Amino acid sequence: MTLKTTLTINGKDRVVDADPRTSLLDALRHHLDLTGTKKGCDHGQCGACTVIVNGRRINSCLTLACMHDGDEITTIEGLGTPEQMSAMQDAFVRHDGFQCGYCTAGQICSATAMLDEARDGWPSNVSDTLDGDVTLSEAEISERMSGNLCRCSAYPGIVNAIRDVAEGGSK
Amino acid sequence: MRDFDYARAETRADATSHSGAGAQIIAGGTNLLDLMKLEVMSPDKVVDINRLDLHKITPTDEGGLRIGALVSNSDVAAHETVRRDYEVLSRALLSGATGQLRNKATTGGNLLQRTRCPYFYDTAMPCNKRVPGTGCQAKEGFNRILAILGTSEHCIATHPSDMAVAMMALGAVVEIENAEGETRNVPLDDFYCLPGDRPDVESVLEPGDLITAVVLPEPLDGTHIYRKVRDRSSYAFALVSVAAVIHVVDGRIATAALAFGGLAPKPWRNAEVEQALIGNAPSDDLFGKAADILLADAKGYGANDFKIPLARRTLKAVLRQATETAQ
Repeated sequence: MTLKTTLTINGKDRVVDADPRTSLLDALRHHLDLTGTKKGCDHGQCGACTVIVNGRRINSCLTLACMHDGDEITTIEGLGTPEQMSAMQDAFVRHDGFQCGYCTAGQICSATAMLDEARDGWPSNVSDTLDGDVTLSEAEISERMSGNLCRCSAYPGIVNAIRDVAEGGSK
Repeated sequence: MRDFDYARAETRADATSHSGAGAQIIAGGTNLLDLMKLEVMSPDKVVDINRLDLHKITPTDEGGLRIGALVSNSDVAAHETVRRDYEVLSRALLSGATGQLRNKATTGGNLLQRTRCPYFYDTAMPCNKRVPGTGCQAKEGFNRILAILGTSEHCIATHPSDMAVAMMALGAVVEIENAEGETRNVPLDDFYCLPGDRPDVESVLEPGDLITAVVLPEPLDGTHIYRKVRDRSSYAFALVSVAAVIHVVDGRIATAALAFGGLAPKPWRNAEVEQALIGNAPSDDLFGKAADILLADAKGYGANDFKIPLARRTLKAVLRQATETAQ
């Protein structure tokens, strides 16, 4: 049995006709040829598959494509292109926020949506108060990005890139 | 992952009529799909309830808060009223999982997440929770993260939720609708079952039941604390956690609400611990007595023996912190 699901991906309607077991991640990579999103652990532990669904970052490996009929999805391909990078992509390049690059698409999607969460006043586990006044210190960024692992341990560059964008106010 | 029939529920009646024996409701899916990939769970049918109108947080007539079953963990933690009046719940949620998981995981799903006992996850191993009657090797095996209270000879699994621990301290009630369209309200403390000789039965939910909301009573006065002790400072389950709302008036503890995570097969609450504190002036002696009561029946299984002194110290530290700030 297959199911038809319409997804709005990076602003374009795309139809996936797939087994209901197909994760959103596999739909992107194997059915829609959007291979920028990476499969790391496939269990929600590494964050390499992070995409933005209806404005919020999620692990695309831990959800079924058929659950997202009509949803708006942004992948790394939708954030920018090599010629016209988003502010976060550009900052990752400038700050050496990667080595092998495998986790990078997930890191950038996650960081992009994380800045929106902070802008909306969402507190984190390391926030002193819950009053919504968020300053993205190194500790705050590390905590908020703890769902994205980097085995090359490019964390200092990743944190610097995110801080740069957060403080620059552009995205 | 085993094949399954997928059904999308458009109404609550749809959801309850589809979700009989062999079916599994999917909301966020962050735990269920993980378990289905490993074939720890293999439902015949998956009922997607994400279209149901259960996404709202609304005040109740009684001065409390009704949290729809599909509200994400992120949205509960960030909700203005929760942050202001139920701080312990925001703190508990923010201590769990990651940003991505909290965005997807729902209130109802968080209550129903399964244990992270390694024997439950490993389909090559016997496990009374996964396959009733096969035995429990955790008791003599790798049990560092497992329970010291409320266990049975058949299962020593812990409930993994942080959210539910805070809700237990707050006296939350689970709102459930059945296939006949009837609603019942079950206090969270009565919602979970201890393993006994049926560790596969984890709650009072029957086939066809749908959690529609969690209802919080009026906010509790006092200092709210959620303290979680774990192996690393982010994205790890609790070894021991304490949710506390402690109110000190005129130098004495006027009210105390306490619940514990990482210690038992369900979020653990013991009214005797609270009664021992209420009416008394805070002191190290008093806190020690409270810990004695909490841990009177605690039983370690070797690798998790450390949880007994750790629970004692964590409880005392929380009580100290709660009463110092209040004085």
